[in-house]
Amino acid sequence: MGSGMTDATPQASTLSGRLTALANPTRFLALADRLVPWLGAVALVILAVGLYTAFAAPEDYQQGATVRIMYIHVPFAWLAMFCYSLMAIAALGTLVWKHPLADVALKAAAPIGAAFTALALLTGSIWGKPMWGTWWVWDARLTSVFVLFLMYLGIIALTRAMDDPGRSARAAAILTLVGFINIPIIKFSVDWWNTLHQPASVFRLDGPTIHPSLLWPLLICALGFTLLFLTLHLMAMRAEIWRRRVIAMRRLSARAAERAAR
Amino acid sequence: MTHAAYVFAAYGISALVIAALGIWILIDQAARKRELKELEQRGVRRRSQPKGSGKKGPGK
Repeated sequence: MGSGMTDATPQASTLSGRLTALANPTRFLALADRLVPWLGAVALVILAVGLYTAFAAPEDYQQGATVRIMYIHVPFAWLAMFCYSLMAIAALGTLVWKHPLADVALKAAAPIGAAFTALALLTGSIWGKPMWGTWWVWDARLTSVFVLFLMYLGIIALTRAMDDPGRSARAAAILTLVGFINIPIIKFSVDWWNTLHQPASVFRLDGPTIHPSLLWPLLICALGFTLLFLTLHLMAMRAEIWRRRVIAMRRLSARAAERAAR
Repeated sequence: MTHAAYVFAAYGISALVIAALGIWILIDQAARKRELKELEQRGVRRRSQPKGSGKKGPGK
């Protein structure tokens, strides 16, 4: 454990004190070290339960067995938007509060979000072929999610374009915030436009329209994948903090060697 | 293709992508950890790290 954990400050008991304490990367690392194994284990257990109940649930009267794709497709699509929303909050953290971990959170989340967005597109496409008769249509929902995938790729490129993470942080934060306009467009695309993609059936003002026998496994899977995402994100953030420490230490040692040579 | 084949394909691709993502993050973690250890063994310290604090490695 780092020495940062031992000096308990008096304000650490209040919420703002705790958030400030978390801004210290050493404290964050200590917290991540403790959380990751538990979070990962709980995620895998819930996912196992969710997938078991998903395959024990009855088939859909119209979709047949292909309804099983929904149990992964819907959580992936939800995570694609959740991850981007989390990155938008992190972008605010960089621009408004200059939180030292905000850029780490944004950069670490981007590849994970891109992977889940790609999976949402792929699993949707594999469901579309037998059910719609086509792998792909350029309707508003599919197109806006594809745009989200491209946004992720752009942010990944931008956060890795410069050697100095401090310089790319601002640009990545601004790009992320501008791209956030796409999130409500994705959510409401099925209401605003005539899409082949079906409208919302879980998060609706008048309640879910899925039968409980299919809804429960879906919700358990969504929780499991969300916990898995959070575990992966914490791990990626930890690796990013270590990467920045390595860069900082190499710079320091290079400077020290330069001074010694003079 | 039968419906079961589509379901199998969707789950198979998902398992592959998530496994690859997890392995990539694990490899990244291990590589950074090793670099930090090497730097510490050479006696390089971070500015915020007090002189006498000795080893403060990543993780355990």
